[in-house]
Amino acid sequence: MIPPQIKRLAIAFTLFIGLFIAVRYFLVPKSFGKLGHYRADSIEEVAALPTHYAGQSICAGCHEEILKTKLKGSHAKIECETCHGAALKHTEDPMAVKPTKPKGRAFCGLCHSKNAARPKNMPQVDFEQHNAGMDCYLCHVAHNPRIK
Amino acid sequence: MMMKTEKKDKSRREFLKKVATVVVGTAAASVIKPFNAIVYATAPKKDSEHWYGMGIDLDKCIGCGRCADACKQENGVPREPFFFRTWVEQYTIKENGEVVVESPNGGIDGFKQSVPDNEIFKSFFVPKMCNHCAHSPCVQVCPVGATYESPDGVVLVDDTYCIGCRYCVQACPYGCRYIHPERHVVDKCTLCYHRIKKGLRPACEDACPRKAKIFGDLRDKNSELVKFLKEHTCLVLRPHLNTGAKVYYNSLSTEVR
Repeated sequence: MIPPQIKRLAIAFTLFIGLFIAVRYFLVPKSFGKLGHYRADSIEEVAALPTHYAGQSICAGCHEEILKTKLKGSHAKIECETCHGAALKHTEDPMAVKPTKPKGRAFCGLCHSKNAARPKNMPQVDFEQHNAGMDCYLCHVAHNPRIK
Repeated sequence: MMMKTEKKDKSRREFLKKVATVVVGTAAASVIKPFNAIVYATAPKKDSEHWYGMGIDLDKCIGCGRCADACKQENGVPREPFFFRTWVEQYTIKENGEVVVESPNGGIDGFKQSVPDNEIFKSFFVPKMCNHCAHSPCVQVCPVGATYESPDGVVLVDDTYCIGCRYCVQACPYGCRYIHPERHVVDKCTLCYHRIKKGLRPACEDACPRKAKIFGDLRDKNSELVKFLKEHTCLVLRPHLNTGAKVYYNSLSTEVR
């Protein structure tokens, strides 16, 4: 015979476990555990986040001339948004939102200042000596930087 | 003689007990399958058609930091220093063997050579990002299941689930995670999951002026990444940790940590 205190304990345990399963059923999202120990729906949520970079082909729609200039020079392989920044908002509302127009020596120096770590085939200048104080664009057109 | 039979009986009983445990356990597991979150470990890892990774050609990197900047613009990473999903480090190995590692603002504002030319044995840039490990230490330590390896091999964060406990930040051997200062949840590189799923390429790769980053699908034998891996001798960071890292570096020096 099972002693009465064990019986009472068994009932209490059953109730507790039942309650636990019921609460768990309502609290745990449906997709949790579908693919592993995580909410499978969150994959879709991450994939649905908005983008900010438009891509060169969209820039070409309006700025064909500039793109042509760029494709002739040594900056041909560089995407427009590498220098001008994320421009998807600009493509949606070209008048209100303008992408950045980086000017000045510091910006060119990000790639072209002399540094031992840069590959040898990278055109580099010593920014302290090379026409110090002058803006690069006075001589070099950014879209096709070679001086003719 | 007596002793021996007794021993035999005991071992048989033990054996039967073990068999019963296994049978009952298996039966129970199949019964509670609808609650498979409990027995998630038994769920098979589904073979998916993609297995994404990234190749980085250090011979091409010029350390302009455009990848780090583009990443911040694309993913809304806080602009102040020390919050990065991807960043660039300059390694300088001196003639005397000393290694100098610098990363001022992740390389976004450019690098200034701090060691004079005559002391340098070699110097190079290393762009860093999440390695999207196949056996991620960060995923293993998450107590709530807020970070995971997606079926296509990208380590993602479920920010509605993250409790901001920072375990994963500690666990990542590559230092690729940070706590978002406003949302107070962990944030990390998603390999621009929202872009690659729309057929675009990761923002850092698009922005790279020298095309030093090569994103691709390791399952697709014709992808640019697989081609890159075939043509170059590539290494991953900290291979001894067996993290299954999927960011492959060409010309990686042993000094890089």
